[in-house]
Amino acid sequence: MSEVKRYIAGEYDVVVVGAGHAGAEAGLAPARMGLKTLILTMSLDSVVAMSCNPNIGGTGKGHLVREIDALGGEMAINIDKTFIQSRMLNTSKGPAVHSLRVQADKVEYHTEMKKVLENQENLRLIQGEATDIVIEDGKVVGVETRTGAFYKAKAVVVCTGTYLNGKTYMGEVEQSSGPDGRAPSLLLTSALEEKGFDFRRMKTGTPARLHKDTIDFSKMEIQPGDDEIIPFSFINSGKTYDMEQVPCYLTYTTEESHEIIRQSIIRSPKYAGEIHGAGARYCPSIEDKVMTFTDRNKHQIFIEPEGLGTKEMYIQGASSTLPEEVQLELYKHIIGLENAEFMRSAYGIEYDTIDPTLLYRSLEHRTINNLFFAGQINGTSGYEEAAAQGLIAGINSAQNILGREPFILDRSEAYIGVLIDDIVTKGVDEPYRIMTSRAEYRLTLRQDNADLRLTKKGFEIGLASKERYEKALEKEKLVTEELERLRNIKINPTKEINKIMLSLGSTELNTSITLDKIIRRPELNYDKVEILDETRKPLLREIRLQVETQIKYEGYIKKQMEQIEQFKKLENRKLDINMDYSKVKNLRIEAVEKLSKIRPESVGQASRVSGVSPADINMLLLHLEQERRRGENSVE
Amino acid sequence: MTIAAISTAVGEAGIGIVRMSGSKSLEIANKIFKGAVIESLDDKSSRKMVYGHIIDGENKIVDEVLIAYMKGPHTYTREDIVEIYCHGGIIPVRKVLDLTLNNGARLSEPGEFTKRAFLNGRLDLSQAEAVMDIIHAKTEKSHETSMDQLEGKLSKKIRELRDEILNILARVEASIDYPGEDSIEDVAYKEIIERGSNLRAEILKLIQTSTRGTILRDGLNTIILGKPNVGKSSLLNAILRENRAIVTDVPGTTRDVIEEFVNIDGIPLKLVDTAGIRDTDDLVEKIGVDRAKDLVDKSDLIIAVFDVSKELDNEDKQIIELIKNKKAIIIINKIDLERKFEEKFITEDLSDKIIIESSMVNEVGIEEIEESIKEMFYSGNLELDSGIVINNIRHKNQLEKAKKNIDDVIEAAEMNVPIDCIEVDLKNCWENLGEISGDTIGEDILDKIFSEFCLGK
Repeated sequence: MSEVKRYIAGEYDVVVVGAGHAGAEAGLAPARMGLKTLILTMSLDSVVAMSCNPNIGGTGKGHLVREIDALGGEMAINIDKTFIQSRMLNTSKGPAVHSLRVQADKVEYHTEMKKVLENQENLRLIQGEATDIVIEDGKVVGVETRTGAFYKAKAVVVCTGTYLNGKTYMGEVEQSSGPDGRAPSLLLTSALEEKGFDFRRMKTGTPARLHKDTIDFSKMEIQPGDDEIIPFSFINSGKTYDMEQVPCYLTYTTEESHEIIRQSIIRSPKYAGEIHGAGARYCPSIEDKVMTFTDRNKHQIFIEPEGLGTKEMYIQGASSTLPEEVQLELYKHIIGLENAEFMRSAYGIEYDTIDPTLLYRSLEHRTINNLFFAGQINGTSGYEEAAAQGLIAGINSAQNILGREPFILDRSEAYIGVLIDDIVTKGVDEPYRIMTSRAEYRLTLRQDNADLRLTKKGFEIGLASKERYEKALEKEKLVTEELERLRNIKINPTKEINKIMLSLGSTELNTSITLDKIIRRPELNYDKVEILDETRKPLLREIRLQVETQIKYEGYIKKQMEQIEQFKKLENRKLDINMDYSKVKNLRIEAVEKLSKIRPESVGQASRVSGVSPADINMLLLHLEQERRRGENSVE
Repeated sequence: MTIAAISTAVGEAGIGIVRMSGSKSLEIANKIFKGAVIESLDDKSSRKMVYGHIIDGENKIVDEVLIAYMKGPHTYTREDIVEIYCHGGIIPVRKVLDLTLNNGARLSEPGEFTKRAFLNGRLDLSQAEAVMDIIHAKTEKSHETSMDQLEGKLSKKIRELRDEILNILARVEASIDYPGEDSIEDVAYKEIIERGSNLRAEILKLIQTSTRGTILRDGLNTIILGKPNVGKSSLLNAILRENRAIVTDVPGTTRDVIEEFVNIDGIPLKLVDTAGIRDTDDLVEKIGVDRAKDLVDKSDLIIAVFDVSKELDNEDKQIIELIKNKKAIIIINKIDLERKFEEKFITEDLSDKIIIESSMVNEVGIEEIEESIKEMFYSGNLELDSGIVINNIRHKNQLEKAKKNIDDVIEAAEMNVPIDCIEVDLKNCWENLGEISGDTIGEDILDKIFSEFCLGK
């Protein structure tokens, strides 16, 4: 084979490698910020492919989608166009952890997003396999494809997902492959390795897809969507969705199915030692669940539709790398799947990732200017996590080119901030998934106030539209006015009022009290006290809930704000990223090594580096104080 | 900024030391010092004792002193230091200090010399608080407590409590992040209330030891009461003779009160004595009823002495009135003499008190008095030898905060407040405790630690 001849195929501000959930946002953001942008994809047919689960959102993930939307990203708008069932999770718990989760029509999701990319001004979407990222003088200059095309670029965002040296596993069958039998990307890793990049293997997996008509749903528990549908995008708030939702189903594994797994476990490539990539503990395969939790005689299995135009059903909770024949046998012993027929088998996939601690919180590489990484290549998992990173990397590629400060959200501002700070500070040992428990300040980082928190920032960098910004301002205004109104309504303890109080299931008033204090009572809420509120005007549900949350949890929110203040103090103690940690007295060797590697941007970030103890941070603070004094004394 | 402070205990002593640290130490010293042999101090006289006088602005001699200038950085604070050795007693030392302040020094904040030593890299932080407490410790028992802390007894206890909080948190988090997962049950409010109450009890127990912690560090504040010639000074002398006196000290400006530190089998006693005890003056008469009442109110223990050979009079009655509801030991002294004292007044009015008959001249009853003090101190549910004692105000404050937060957790759970809100208080409690064991980083932790260091140390 003769060598491919290189030719200059175009000149762009930003080139994005990959058109998955990260790539789409990474391409849209700079294009919307006015920069000439290109997205390269291995296949135009796999734009935002949902290769695993057919849903968007869930605990923590739903928060990310709302934040992406608030900043001017696309994910929420796209899923609002294409969802087939919607549920708000955790409604029995407090407002901070209510999480929206919807079922997607996979094909429609892809089609709609592709349309958006195709129609976006300043953006080109081209099929082509990136085989090299060209770096000159520590700076990225372009991307080369397998066909010899060289796209000049001022910045590059790498979003290769699970494609880099992808390898799938199913029992003894091992294949060089991307997800769902698509072609893997085999040349980019080695090209980057030659430039000194280190790669690590990670592993994930997906369950089988079964034919809907062969499943006995009568043996399962039906899980319908919510009566009231709440859209993901703030743009769509107030919109009513009159549609028939498609149900999901809940069933269970059986003792027999567990026995089949135990009998054949040796044929699992993981147990046979074939897979070396790190898998996620929170997303175990069915064989892992059975082998780890030996005392449980059944495990939950959810059956979810993959779309309106297909009979394929997704079997959540049953991902596996067992041989196909074992899978067939095993699924037969799941209640309701006795006669089910396979359309696709479960498989595991292993792929190359980089160490995300090599990145700044802007997701730019520490040593190579204008090179960004986002999504699964950074060791995360999930569409939402990928999209969040894609958005931030895309924004920052534009910020760099426009000569602006990096756009960084910290842990107190957004789940996106938590996610990125976690991976670049602590690194990842297994595919990283966002969880609400990773956020220290989740009472203030609610999904219902993402627009109030972030849209202004999105608008200021030129990403969030004016329409969106004005909508957020209007919401803020309405909420503030309503709060103010309620705080000024005095309710007097008359006989009549107390009769009403008792009828509402509350207790009598002793003194006159403002209406907001009445709403604060645990047994009452905004809607319930309408009878006491003569001047109430109709408001959107979104506004009412916002008002109620701010009233009811005021005390806790205040406490959280105090925590955030403490947090900010350490975040604002900036560290020189070129600091010589070996010069800090009494710092333990491990801490010197870790800090020298991670190079935190603040004392706060330093305190989150694993292997760095509070005592080390005290030493660091002391060192900074000594340095400060030295500076001061020299002036004296 | 150059700082100055009196570095020796304030009291009647042979010498008193005023110390300055900072770049202007030398300049200030030369403004107020006039040498007898060398006119003024300079780098050549660094680390040498120089004899001369401190003079005020009008060239009047304030005191005859020895002065030492130590050029930094090889000094305690790594800064230039000047030490002035004056005559003891409050007046000359205060005057010299005032002169340094009038000439550009600033009064040192509590612990500022050590803080500077630390910040300038001369001292390590490693468990500095415990180290400081050892310096503070006036008795062996207190010393042991600080040693326990160094060895991590307190940290171990705190970590146990934190682990328990973490366990509850983990359950809460799992139920939030995995809704609908059948393997994860929602945490019941009942469970939070139960486990929270146990935590609360443990925290409270630690807080309760803190009163005793202060006693261990500062001494049991003990006042000896009695009218003239009942044998107070004999009692004091007997106790001092049998036990090691630790320091003699006149704090502040109250010159009418003298404190003697003694150590009775590890129990530090700060015997608050009046000048009157040594002569024949009566405490109540000399310092007034109000002041006596004030002293009594501030005391941890009262030793009231009565003379059995005299009839009970008004002064005795005043004393009985003063100590009625206080922790007190009653000494019926001079049992070697004929009894004229009607004991029933005491047994009626002070029936709950320990009453000891003694004869100081014959050394009868002294041992019994000491035993009683020990017994009173060790009684109650406090186990001194195995238990942890909180003897640091910062730790106590953190425990108080932790208790407040766990109170809020329990109260909120009782009101069915959403679990993710309750978690805010639970996490705060976890952080409060972490600040004690050093597992939580507070930005101002250094300030907190050093503000406790004793003045000028």
